[in-house]
Amino acid sequence: MSLLGQGKSVWGPGFWAGFVACVVVLAVVVPILNLWVPPNSAVAIPDYLVPLLGKYLCYALLALSLDLIWGYAGILSLGHGAFFALGGYCMGMYLMRQIGTRGVYGNPLLPDFMVFLNWQELPWFWWGFDYFAWAVAMVALVPGLLALVFGWLAFRSRVTGVYLSIITQAMTYALMLAFFRNDMGFGGNNGMTDYKDILGWDLHQPNTRLGLYLVSVAALGAGYLLCRFITASKLGRVLLALRDAESRVRFLGYSVTNAKLFVFTLSAVLAGIAGALYVPQVGIINPSEFSPGNSIEIAIWVSVGGRGTLSGAIVGAVLVNLAKTWLTGAAPETWLFVLGALFVVTTLVIPHGIVGLLSRARWVRPRAAAPLPAGE
Amino acid sequence: MSPSPAIAGAMVPSRAPRERVLSTAKRVRVDAAGLAAMLFFLLAAALPARADEFAALVSALAADGFAEKQQAVVGLGKLGDGRAVAVLTALKDGRLIMAPDGRVLIAAPVKPIDPVTGDEVSDLAADGLERIRVNNRLRVAIEGALGELTLFGADPDARLAAAQDALRHPSADQVPLLERAIAAEKSPGIRAAMEQSLSAARVLSGNKEERLAALRTLGATTDPQIKNLLDQFRADPDTDPELRKAADTALSSIENRLWLVGLAAHLFQGISLGSVLLLAAIGLAITFGVMGVINMAHGEMIMLGAYAAYVCQQFFRAFLPPGWIDAYLVVAVPVAFLFAGAVGVALERSVIRFLYGRPLETLLATWGVSLILQQAVRSIFGSPNKEVSNPSWMTGGFDPIGGFTVTWNRLVIILFCFIVLGVLALILNRTNFGLQMRAVTQNRPMASVMGIRTARVDALTFGLGSGIAGMAGVALSQIGNVSPNLGTIYIVDSFLVVVFGGVGNLMGTLVGALSLGIVNKFLEPVAGAILGKIVILVAIILFIQRRPRGLFALKGRTAEAEA
Repeated sequence: MSLLGQGKSVWGPGFWAGFVACVVVLAVVVPILNLWVPPNSAVAIPDYLVPLLGKYLCYALLALSLDLIWGYAGILSLGHGAFFALGGYCMGMYLMRQIGTRGVYGNPLLPDFMVFLNWQELPWFWWGFDYFAWAVAMVALVPGLLALVFGWLAFRSRVTGVYLSIITQAMTYALMLAFFRNDMGFGGNNGMTDYKDILGWDLHQPNTRLGLYLVSVAALGAGYLLCRFITASKLGRVLLALRDAESRVRFLGYSVTNAKLFVFTLSAVLAGIAGALYVPQVGIINPSEFSPGNSIEIAIWVSVGGRGTLSGAIVGAVLVNLAKTWLTGAAPETWLFVLGALFVVTTLVIPHGIVGLLSRARWVRPRAAAPLPAGE
Repeated sequence: MSPSPAIAGAMVPSRAPRERVLSTAKRVRVDAAGLAAMLFFLLAAALPARADEFAALVSALAADGFAEKQQAVVGLGKLGDGRAVAVLTALKDGRLIMAPDGRVLIAAPVKPIDPVTGDEVSDLAADGLERIRVNNRLRVAIEGALGELTLFGADPDARLAAAQDALRHPSADQVPLLERAIAAEKSPGIRAAMEQSLSAARVLSGNKEERLAALRTLGATTDPQIKNLLDQFRADPDTDPELRKAADTALSSIENRLWLVGLAAHLFQGISLGSVLLLAAIGLAITFGVMGVINMAHGEMIMLGAYAAYVCQQFFRAFLPPGWIDAYLVVAVPVAFLFAGAVGVALERSVIRFLYGRPLETLLATWGVSLILQQAVRSIFGSPNKEVSNPSWMTGGFDPIGGFTVTWNRLVIILFCFIVLGVLALILNRTNFGLQMRAVTQNRPMASVMGIRTARVDALTFGLGSGIAGMAGVALSQIGNVSPNLGTIYIVDSFLVVVFGGVGNLMGTLVGALSLGIVNKFLEPVAGAILGKIVILVAIILFIQRRPRGLFALKGRTAEAEA
């Protein structure tokens, strides 16, 4: 129904006005408030807040990538944290190589944790991570290939619904166990940290951090436009249709497997990029990023914001993480109660999320997504 | 029967009357050893000589040269006299003193003690006592002698340890010592250990027949120590070919036995893990089968059950007579079932029933509930682990074939698990509620049309599944710690059991849980615990590709409806 005639309004002037306004606020106003407003002013953004904002933007990109497959194709991946962490590990490996001889052991060939474990030479999968370009390629390739193989296996044999959710969870759980092992060569339990610089810029300098933040803004903006482009295209309509009635779409002659595989892989790449931007801003990557609980939390960001709306994923990720930062500081023991209540209340009371609620309040249907089906 | 006190008395006339009273206990044992030695080796003459020898050796400890002292120490070790333990310990600790008249005494807080008689010595001047000095060589000799002597000590654990120690360093000169110790030993378990050590020592000494007999005895054991010993023995180029052949036979028989023991041990551990997984997953399988929802809070129902067991235990400790404590577990099982079941029904009525037809959102909502329950328990009981002890009838274990221990708590859990499974099968197949449950599982709209109140069936099913999870928690409290995140440890495994076995089918859950448990335990020694687990996870991910609805999937139209 609302699928028809949607194509025009998606890229209308109203959308561009909103989008540009958001980008200006994030990419122009924030740096001004950080750099040129005196620090004692009420609106100034202190240096320590910049990487925190950057972290939220990374989470937002991650949530966006999940919304693309969950909101539009009905694939609830409970292992999306794995793609995020893999992208993060690729970036972390590059940053480890940049430390060079400035580590505790000052070994020119090996990172500190390998010296500590008495390794004699660099394992083959670390080759190439001295080069930024290689690391960037791997950030997209590693999660993408994993998603491609995993998705090909799963979608080809028509694993759907909760079964798919559970095996994605098993995947991230297996990866977590694997990365916890010291023999894997990724720093085991402690992960990788104590980075020095990226492309020659010191990671501890406020300017580098601001730069990383701006790159995150750019990545999120580009990711959002890409997702919007896909969901508004013919492929997007196929995705919506297969979310609601997979067998029917199959009988109509569309390749459900290929459509799903494409968005799943793309979504994994986006998650990997989010992870790669996340690691230099928080300064550490460790195997707990793979924990199944983390991946489920991503779903609640999307759910709070409104699934199937793209912008909702971003709003949800930022809001939930703001609340998390504030509550874990102010009253740590209440955070799990609040998070738990969020899961229950959003699914029960506002299944369309905040963005869905706002759209309804204005009597405007959410544009990109058809209303959620009654049954999945 | 007891010639030695009289003779010892004759040796030290002034102490004789009191000695009879004071050291009767020690004497009886020494006498028994001596008597047995007579019967076995017809060395009756050695016995009076031994008491004599003990006093002589003790005096020799006061010799000037370390070489003589060492000889005396070794002699005391060989003698097998219980009194020597005190003397050698004192010597080692620097408490052995020499009186001006040459008597060797043990320094004590009040008055020195005569080691030969065990009496206090009061007719001594305070000065002129000289400490008997030791050097490092002597200390080594003392340790060795003490090790041999512990075979005769009063502490059974120490005797067993000494017997096992003798197995680790078998030597020809242990043979007479072990023979005497075996004759004196009353506990069959320790005697068996001593006999093993004796055989090991005989392989190295004795004539050919003795050696062959010893090798045959050793073939019936499973101890890796003996295997090492035999390996060394057959590798020795001087070994007689016939003996080598006997050693080979013994070795291969040991290897077969070890392999069997390993198989049995892994099988038992696997079944044990499988039964735990089965208990944890069975409730999940029921709710998933009937309602098509994944209950992420299922692990927390297990956790609540474990805390119910903890509360029961604390209640019994605080309010009931101490003798009743063993019964707490029997009370905890129904308490946990009812409590977790009630929480489950409440959860279904307040959250899940609004989410039917939206399985993925149910998954998220129940995950939220699980976070709340975890934090609630953490707030009430605190995050540190709580200790739930086994009742006395579940502690310890037994060794069925030698080489591995079947612990009672795991055995009871396996039995309990199968009882639960049996009762559940009866409920499903023989009661009206079970019939309704199966009907709803197979075709919900049709069941509803036939007059089944599906909402009621859902609530009760959820309660039943949660209650079983609660009982699983009681079982888990018996083999591990109870902590607020107990549930999260088992939840991923429980899911895997369910997707592996297929839903709505007890048989699938049973096969899924047991095979996962057993495969896990057989992989662990090969690949390591973590790698083994990863292998299983990957295998299941691949397996789902072949059978997207599990091993025992419902067939036909119902299966499609479930999707």
